[in-house]
Amino acid sequence: MKDVDDKFRKTDTEVPLREELRPRKVTTPDGQEIDIDPLRDYFCEAKPKVHPKAYSKIVEDFYNWARANSLWILGFGTGCGAIEMRPLMTPRFDAYRYGIQWRPTPRQANLLVISGYLSVKTLKRAIRAYEQMPQPKYVMGLGSCTINGGMYWDSYNTIKRLDDYLPVDMYVAGCMPRPEALLHGFMELKRVIREGKGEGANKYAENFDQYKANQKAVIKDWDMPDYNW
Amino acid sequence: MREILYRLKDRYHLGTPTFQRTDLCFVTVRRDEIRAILTELRDMEGFTHLTFLTAVDWIEEQLFQLTYMVNNREANLSLGLRVLLDREDATGDTIHDLWPTAATYQRELREMFGIKFPGSPRVDEEFILEGWTDLPPYRRDFDTLAYSQQTYNDRPGRVTHDPKTHMQKTLYPSYPKGAK
Ligand code: SF4
Repeated sequence: MKDVDDKFRKTDTEVPLREELRPRKVTTPDGQEIDIDPLRDYFCEAKPKVHPKAYSKIVEDFYNWARANSLWILGFGTGCGAIEMRPLMTPRFDAYRYGIQWRPTPRQANLLVISGYLSVKTLKRAIRAYEQMPQPKYVMGLGSCTINGGMYWDSYNTIKRLDDYLPVDMYVAGCMPRPEALLHGFMELKRVIREGKGEGANKYAENFDQYKANQKAVIKDWDMPDYNW
Repeated sequence: MREILYRLKDRYHLGTPTFQRTDLCFVTVRRDEIRAILTELRDMEGFTHLTFLTAVDWIEEQLFQLTYMVNNREANLSLGLRVLLDREDATGDTIHDLWPTAATYQRELREMFGIKFPGSPRVDEEFILEGWTDLPPYRRDFDTLAYSQQTYNDRPGRVTHDPKTHMQKTLYPSYPKGAK
């Protein structure tokens, strides 16, 4: 990842942690004074681990079949494409008949649909959301913006390749992809998972340092824990 | 609209008004008079609504232009007041006490153009960008293409066609005679 050259300004000042993450003293309801260090107390410091395959192929295949049929989408819309996810939830396109449902929080979801361009500010939130999702988890990128920048190719504030920052299992091309394309994308994703190739989360764990380096190169005010679990 | 301008003209220095429509007019005023004019428009002439406050970067003239758009809802009139600021160390006058909404516009201008508004509430806090270290991105001397090329990775294989030549080649391959 290239950083900006001398033509562009840089700052070397450390970005302070956000306030709620700094160590502090709190008084409990019983009047006891305790020190808390949110980074240690509220977050897991361990890096994500690679999830090993099951001991025999037939069991792994069964797991993959089960995983493919349990897709829960995080209702987190980032770009224009979020508009296309709404009709999918309604009777017109009805994604629910394929067993695909939207959930409101990352802890209840295992498919993160990045529905379009990601500004650096949203990328930060998307990373947090992704890391909070339980395994096995998958990422789907919608639209040309997530593939090569789309029409935001010269924007100062949107990333161009989603797979630099998050492991993408499936791309759906289009600007914006129609709900039918999305449904097709879900079917393809299911096929990929059944074949045992939906290994995004493991890829993320394996290349964790690389991904973090990429993320930190664009998110200049990294004020959160390295791993938001 | 013209009567309002006539009334103002006696006491303030107004530039030549540009009428876009009968109910929409732009006029350049002096920086030290903008406050008085805005107050008078708001309190005496019924321009109670600040529609927007925005800036234009006239880099060739080394100027920033602030545009205050005020609206009289009853008479359905819009008046844009332009103020020119030096581009070097640009500083505007805050009007958040006339319209509280102006504070938000001023915060945005501070971030996107780097125009300072001393005294405006929370003006130096981040507004849209987070952790921005570079030139304010709406300034015209900020090269957004170069910045994005150096900051974000490209995926190879992206091609751009000039629509005219591309369609000509596709539809009339032999059009300029001799070309393949
Ligand atoms: S690919 Fe097109 S529709 Fe999708 S986010 Fe980008 S510009 Fe919007």
